[in-house]
Amino acid sequence: MDAVGVNSIIKTYGKKKEITALSDISFTVPQGELFGIIGPDGAGKTSLFRILTTLLLADSGKATVEGFDVVKDYKAIRKRIGYMPGRFSLYQDLSVEENLNFFATIFNTSIEENYDLIKDIYMQIESFKNRKAGKLSGGMKQKLALSCALIHRPSVLFLDEPTTGVDAVSRKEFWEMLKGLKTQGITILVSTPYMDEASLCDRVALIQNGKILSINTPQGIVNSFSKPLWAVKSSRMLTLLNELLQKDFVENAYPFGEYHHVVMKDRSGEELLQQVVQDHKGENAIAEKVLPDIEDCFIALMKN
Amino acid sequence: MSNDKVITAKNLTKKFGDFTAVDHISFDIHKGEIFGFLGANGAGKTTAMRMLCGLSLPTSGEATVAGYDVYEENEKIKKSIGYMSQKFSLYEDLTVKENMQFYGGIYHMTDKFIKEKTLTILQQLHLEKEANVLVRSLPLGWKQKLAFSVAIFHEPGIVFLDEPTGGVDPVTRREFWNMIYEAADRGTTVFVTTHYMDEAEYCNRVSIMVDGKIEALDSPTQLKKTYEARSMDEVFLKLARKATRIEM
Repeated sequence: MDAVGVNSIIKTYGKKKEITALSDISFTVPQGELFGIIGPDGAGKTSLFRILTTLLLADSGKATVEGFDVVKDYKAIRKRIGYMPGRFSLYQDLSVEENLNFFATIFNTSIEENYDLIKDIYMQIESFKNRKAGKLSGGMKQKLALSCALIHRPSVLFLDEPTTGVDAVSRKEFWEMLKGLKTQGITILVSTPYMDEASLCDRVALIQNGKILSINTPQGIVNSFSKPLWAVKSSRMLTLLNELLQKDFVENAYPFGEYHHVVMKDRSGEELLQQVVQDHKGENAIAEKVLPDIEDCFIALMKN
Repeated sequence: MSNDKVITAKNLTKKFGDFTAVDHISFDIHKGEIFGFLGANGAGKTTAMRMLCGLSLPTSGEATVAGYDVYEENEKIKKSIGYMSQKFSLYEDLTVKENMQFYGGIYHMTDKFIKEKTLTILQQLHLEKEANVLVRSLPLGWKQKLAFSVAIFHEPGIVFLDEPTGGVDPVTRREFWNMIYEAADRGTTVFVTTHYMDEAEYCNRVSIMVDGKIEALDSPTQLKKTYEARSMDEVFLKLARKATRIEM
């Protein structure tokens, strides 16, 4: 049985249904998978999570979590899932420990009963257990929210943009925590606007404007990028970019860290690019063939 | 690059009680420079930025922005800079045009200036048709680009951007940086914070704050050499992992 099944889900907002949040989305997530939903703000990630966590009704389509229907069996689903919304939604005026206790109690369990599951995460904030949740730093709030989402030992965990606005170091730590949870057999659905986090998932769905652009393993997505990709740089980056964009052999060119990435229409462009580099030898122009990453793939998929 | 210093800081420090949020930071930023201001959450970036924007008085040290002293002339600083953040930038319940009129008005621009500038920006952003649409209904990417245009509506010499591209799709993120390049080309100094390390590469120089201090300040190329790293991401992780203080 799949942990999550989504079949032709459509969700619109507005009186005349003029805003489409999700337009005919389908996918499945097998048990135990770490599944990433990757896309910018407004792509539909939160609507999808709210439908799967039984907090929002879809216009049409069907969705199941652990075999239960999100509409008919919402009570059964709520017992089995953990949900960490994008906005911090713990009780700010309760202490760290009180929050955790509260969530344990409403799920008819106790901190002691499931302590082993949250231990690695909760330990990092336990010395602040008497501090009010509202007074915690961003990183600590995140750890508390995750502990509260886990305290009833859910079989499926939904994390809506847990790393948004979090610095690179804390992001790395958070993904380490997720890896640890995965070994406990929990299915994890995590959404993020950071493309570089895709490589940390078992499989990802790239989502934009309510549509899934691609679903695959991170490697599978990268492998499907079929056009030649080169990285170029020179001492005059802006001029170089504008020149490249004018060239017939160039499908697309865009800044990429210290380089520009150049997508060729086909392999015949590779020689022509060498010519451009020659023309700009005086500006220390260099070009090298590179492997695409998820962001290259996302940009290419957005263009189609 | 010209030698006009538009932002200077010397041993700039801010304490809250016993806690030193910003600890003797020093730098000079030149006209037209794109200066990346990086640091982990809690490193002191926001506090430093607030002092430079004239919103918070330093405990000690010196700083000037656009030639004005941060202690004595903070009102003049506010008039000379633009500011945009991811969290707050535009009024959602005003139209595109009204937002520009409002900001132009706040900065005492003339009606003629506001009218002409509004038209220019609408054309640049291809938003002519959306002029009378509520900002609320614009896609996020458009909002962020519009917010940047509004932040430099009064043509300030310096603009502060606080995580301007958070959550924006990769194509729009690049269009946004294109706008930054163009503004810098026209001589605007850009002071920008970001969590995207590839964007650090787009800056002329980058400073990295750790525990209230500036641990490193150089061009991305030089930083990668110094820290023997392949990318700015690696440089950042090497430095930020040294942090010992707990985020407050």
